[in-house]
Amino acid sequence: MDYEPESDDPFRDDDDEPDSHLSLEKESTKEYVVYLVDSSPKMFNSTCPASADDQKEESHFHIALSCISQSLKNQIINRSYDEVAICFFNTREKRNLQDLNGVFVFNVPEREFLDRPTARYIKEFDRVEESFAKDIGSQHGIVSGTKENSLFNAIWAAQALLRKGSAKTADKRVLLFTNEDDPFGSIKGAIKSDMTRMTLQRAKDAQDLGISIELLPLSHPSEPFNVSQFYADLIGLEEDELADFMPSAGNKLDDMKDQLRKRMFKKRIVKKLKFMIVDGISIELNSYALIRPTAPGAITWLDSVTNQPLKSERTFICNDTGALVEESTRRFYPYKGQNITFTMKELSEIKRSSTGHLHLLGFKPLSCLRDYYNLKPSTFLYPSDEAMDGSICIFIALHRSMIQLKRFAVAFCGSSSRAQLVALIAQDEVIQSGGQIEPPGMHMIYLPYSDDIRLVEERHSEKSGTVSKASNDQIKKAADVIKRIDLKDFSVCQFANPGLQRHYAVLQALALDEDEIPEIKDETLPDEEGLARPGVVRALEEFKTLVYGENYEEECEANSKPSEASKKRKAQAEVATKECENYDWNELADTGKLKDLTVVELKYYLIAHNLPVSGKKEALISRILTHMKK
Amino acid sequence: MARNKEALILLLDVGPSMHSVIPEIEKVCSMLVEKKLIFTKYDEVGVVLFGTEDTDNELMVEVGGYQHVVVLKNIKVVDGDIVEALQQLPRGTTHGDFLDAIIVGVDMLIKKFGETNKGKKRLCLVTNAQCPIKEPFEGTKEEQVTTIAKQMTIHGMKMESIILRGKLSQDANKKIMDENDRLLSIFSTETSARLTYVENPVSLLGALRTRNITPSTIFKGDLELSPKLRIKVLVYKKTTEEKFPTLKKYSDKAASTDKSATHEVKVDYEYKSSQDPDRVVPPDQRIKGYQYGPQIIPISHAEWDAVKFKPEKGLKLLGFTDSSNVLRHQYMKDVNVFIAETGNTKATLALSSLARAMKEMNKVAILRCVWRQGQANVVIGVLTPNLSDKENIPDSLYFNVLPFAEDVREFQFPSFSNFPAPKQPNEQQLEAAANLVKMLDLAPQGKEEVLQPDFTPNPVLERFYRYLELKSKHADAAVPPLDDTLKKITEPEDDLLQQNKSVIEKFCRSFELKENPRHKKSRRLWREEISGSGEDQGKGEIAAQPSNLIEDKSNVEVENIGDLTPVQDFEAMFLRRDNPDWVVKAINAMKNKIYDLIEDSHDGDNYSKALECLTALRKGCVNEQEPKQFNDFLRDIRGFCQEKNLHSFCDSLSSKGLTLIPKSEAADSEVTEEEARSFLVKSEPKVE
Repeated sequence: MDYEPESDDPFRDDDDEPDSHLSLEKESTKEYVVYLVDSSPKMFNSTCPASADDQKEESHFHIALSCISQSLKNQIINRSYDEVAICFFNTREKRNLQDLNGVFVFNVPEREFLDRPTARYIKEFDRVEESFAKDIGSQHGIVSGTKENSLFNAIWAAQALLRKGSAKTADKRVLLFTNEDDPFGSIKGAIKSDMTRMTLQRAKDAQDLGISIELLPLSHPSEPFNVSQFYADLIGLEEDELADFMPSAGNKLDDMKDQLRKRMFKKRIVKKLKFMIVDGISIELNSYALIRPTAPGAITWLDSVTNQPLKSERTFICNDTGALVEESTRRFYPYKGQNITFTMKELSEIKRSSTGHLHLLGFKPLSCLRDYYNLKPSTFLYPSDEAMDGSICIFIALHRSMIQLKRFAVAFCGSSSRAQLVALIAQDEVIQSGGQIEPPGMHMIYLPYSDDIRLVEERHSEKSGTVSKASNDQIKKAADVIKRIDLKDFSVCQFANPGLQRHYAVLQALALDEDEIPEIKDETLPDEEGLARPGVVRALEEFKTLVYGENYEEECEANSKPSEASKKRKAQAEVATKECENYDWNELADTGKLKDLTVVELKYYLIAHNLPVSGKKEALISRILTHMKK
Repeated sequence: MARNKEALILLLDVGPSMHSVIPEIEKVCSMLVEKKLIFTKYDEVGVVLFGTEDTDNELMVEVGGYQHVVVLKNIKVVDGDIVEALQQLPRGTTHGDFLDAIIVGVDMLIKKFGETNKGKKRLCLVTNAQCPIKEPFEGTKEEQVTTIAKQMTIHGMKMESIILRGKLSQDANKKIMDENDRLLSIFSTETSARLTYVENPVSLLGALRTRNITPSTIFKGDLELSPKLRIKVLVYKKTTEEKFPTLKKYSDKAASTDKSATHEVKVDYEYKSSQDPDRVVPPDQRIKGYQYGPQIIPISHAEWDAVKFKPEKGLKLLGFTDSSNVLRHQYMKDVNVFIAETGNTKATLALSSLARAMKEMNKVAILRCVWRQGQANVVIGVLTPNLSDKENIPDSLYFNVLPFAEDVREFQFPSFSNFPAPKQPNEQQLEAAANLVKMLDLAPQGKEEVLQPDFTPNPVLERFYRYLELKSKHADAAVPPLDDTLKKITEPEDDLLQQNKSVIEKFCRSFELKENPRHKKSRRLWREEISGSGEDQGKGEIAAQPSNLIEDKSNVEVENIGDLTPVQDFEAMFLRRDNPDWVVKAINAMKNKIYDLIEDSHDGDNYSKALECLTALRKGCVNEQEPKQFNDFLRDIRGFCQEKNLHSFCDSLSSKGLTLIPKSEAADSEVTEEEARSFLVKSEPKVE
């Protein structure tokens, strides 16, 4: 059935749980970004190496553009609600809200200057460089003799674009790309100091309005960008930050290009929980989803002719009378030959097994938490004093004691979707190089019930006697292997999901009509070079010889004996191939006599040619015809 | 189906020492048969009791002996009759001999099936094994047990023994119990038998698997350490959530006389064009669209297939790493287990050596898995060792799925050390918390771990299947409350709380919790569990007053009921005549206040205040002729107290003589004098 989204869709979002609809808080952190790109002739004339191992030189202008383009392509997937504007300055043509000279805001139809990026916007921006000279034109804006100040105009235009929305709900940023460290260098005397002062004042005004201005300087290795010349004042760098600025700016540029396509989620409370510790002491917790499988985004069904979205409608039909019925309030379950009916109220009564949200039952040592006690991603808990003062204090006290005593709490979580025993593990804060790697709080792990655990190992026990366990020698050799193939700095989130990245890449290629699908590196493949190192190979070889003896290859062969089922399948295929030869398929197909054969006969052909044998007779025939290319 | 049908014989000890747990045994055994009726209705079940006064079995007739063993139900296809028989087991009078019962059971299976049905014959013994078994005529007891175990192996029988110990067995002769333990353990070494010791009723319910699911492999093939070293493994699900059964929608449209009616409701999905709502778009004209910024990009199935990510099937090792590099909360899904291919000794050894080395070195393995060909994504996961301490069970590895970079949301939270001093616990508070963590112990030394997931049944499922059985007999039965055994899963155990009373009290005294008056909205959260009438209106309005208002009450119009002088506030509100709503408001506010007081009470310290409030409310309701308001509320309170185990408050009600308002006091009341008087006497609510 194709009516509902495929159930085996690997990206099905587990967030469809009722919990996720209970979002109570949204920290709105939308981002409004204006890219200011210097388009003076110097940007086109100066070049720098495209990459470390590449001899080709690229113009600064091109680098800035490709960087923005890359960043837009990531942003449309990661945070498609953020809004952007791209604004060139030092241009011949002008287009901006205030009609300022030398400033050109790039845009496409059906879009405001500052708006969400669209496929068309990205597509046309990718082509802007070709027609730049014709449509926009590069021209130095600050020349002696005129009062024009294109940098001033650019900042002013950016500020006007960012007037939208309040600084509280949105992050407003201006990213300035330039390779001119001394924009007023061509001017002398009082006019220069005047212009400098005005421009700095303009920037300060913008910053006072909550707009941050970031500088992305471009330079050639032989000709470094001197930030203290002018820009340090503009972006408000302190003395001691000057030294670090250039290297960090370089990193920022790289970061913009190499960002992972990753849907960003706003931090939000999934649910507010009441945690009953003992009678009379209940504290307030907020739960967050820190780890959830990411889906590539919702699927919308479209009409393939018009590409317009479709609305799905659900109807209930009585199976006995064929009459349309309302959503029924009763359910039934067949048992002992009868249909036992339940009202929805009775069902919810059954599921409502506890009153509180989270009920502490006791504590156990961490060693009791076995590795197979897991069913779904954990939920993160963090205390709040919002409604119940003192919650944080109690939480911290318990948190500390649990870490110290190496214990976890067992609690009953009485949610209506699935009432469950949970383990609460206290997690200490982990900070690495200034960033919080693990936030402090508790992780709620959903424990299975005995009904959910399968006794697989015991089914594999020997009927009588013993099974072999490794000897000390064998363990030692295995330890050597483990030492050799060690992932030292393994971190859980070091791998991007290749399937998901591929999805985004395909989507981008189709949306932007790109000819090639961007190459996605599968980071999850084993490090073959590493495994081929002599030390590793030797350790593996020794382990293999000790456990399997000299004749590992034969063992493997001997052990891969075909199973009963596959033998049967093979025999069937042989019969089919033989039978298949008895028919003149071409003739039958040409004369339309295939339909006179039985399904069994048709299947001879299909099995002999390794085709699927499912479906009705018509399907089989059409499959045969397709295979024969008729 | 038929080839999968199982024959099971329940061997149940009903001797005098077992009487206290028989109700639980009745529940778990009838549940087992109920589930068979639903999931494997061709299975066959027999029931043998021992420790009974009577004797009724074929062996007694044939060879003599085998006293006090009764075949309650001979092996037959499961039906309602067996369920009923199991729901009312007779209480026996003598000490049972479990070995006799086993022999009777084995004999029944042999007579019925002979050599056939191998591997599908199972015995399930439930006993406390407190009574000695009889000396055999020849040889030792050990030899006798070994002989029987061998017989069972020959006939392909499995056995599961659940031995009740700890709280579930009375004081018994340790020597006999040890001997019996030894004898029973022979079964688990000689034949495929599972031996489980349980110490409390909850784990008894969980220990007997009421539904037997044959695990199926999700992967069979090579675990590739390197291209040159592959270990043959089988991968199974170790945990999978047993979901609440899916019930079908019921349609009552069919005539009640129509016997063949299915009563089912078919759900039909139709996709309609957004411009023309009458036009139905057939499935082959639909195409999936994916969001790209504000736009939706149509991508057909064929297009996707051509370009999507297609990894090769296989399990590849990426490497080993310190177990501390993978945190417990990063496990994403249900768990798999990796077992060496059956009968492949070398693979078993290889897996065993890896598992043991990993354990010794505190390492885990990181794996890249593609379970099936054609799967559109890869899975990264972690293997952790699972060493077996039983001789006949091989070592294995558990597999947990880990998140990808895209799945981790890097939200930042304030450090605890950044909170101001008042929010930081002091020495004494830390000590109180540490004591609580230490003493509220669910895994005490030398005793059975309480609420171990392996032995804890799902209370909701238990409840559903019991109710299903009840409904099959009484269609309009009400949902029975959660029974005491299952309550031990959802609520802290009374015994544990009693034992640690002083620790808990100390904890309560050490901390101060205060509802935040400014935060009205969230009060709903704290009130949620009170299901009564009319509290909805008052909910938001009873926030405590700012303290400066309370100081000079005479000049201020009282609009709410505060913490300090609730009775006075209530009376003041009652006397406000500017709006008739004040009376209703005051009553509702007072009700909430009383709930608060009772619920927030530590050891009854608020009770006297609550009683004062209740008295005032009663007086007010009599004066204002609102008896129903008060009577309903008092009933709610009683229900609330019973639900929360606050019986002491109910007791203090009767001591104060606080009861319903009868007709004699307020004409509108529907309550008679008699009813009012008896209200507080009944401590149990009517059971429906």
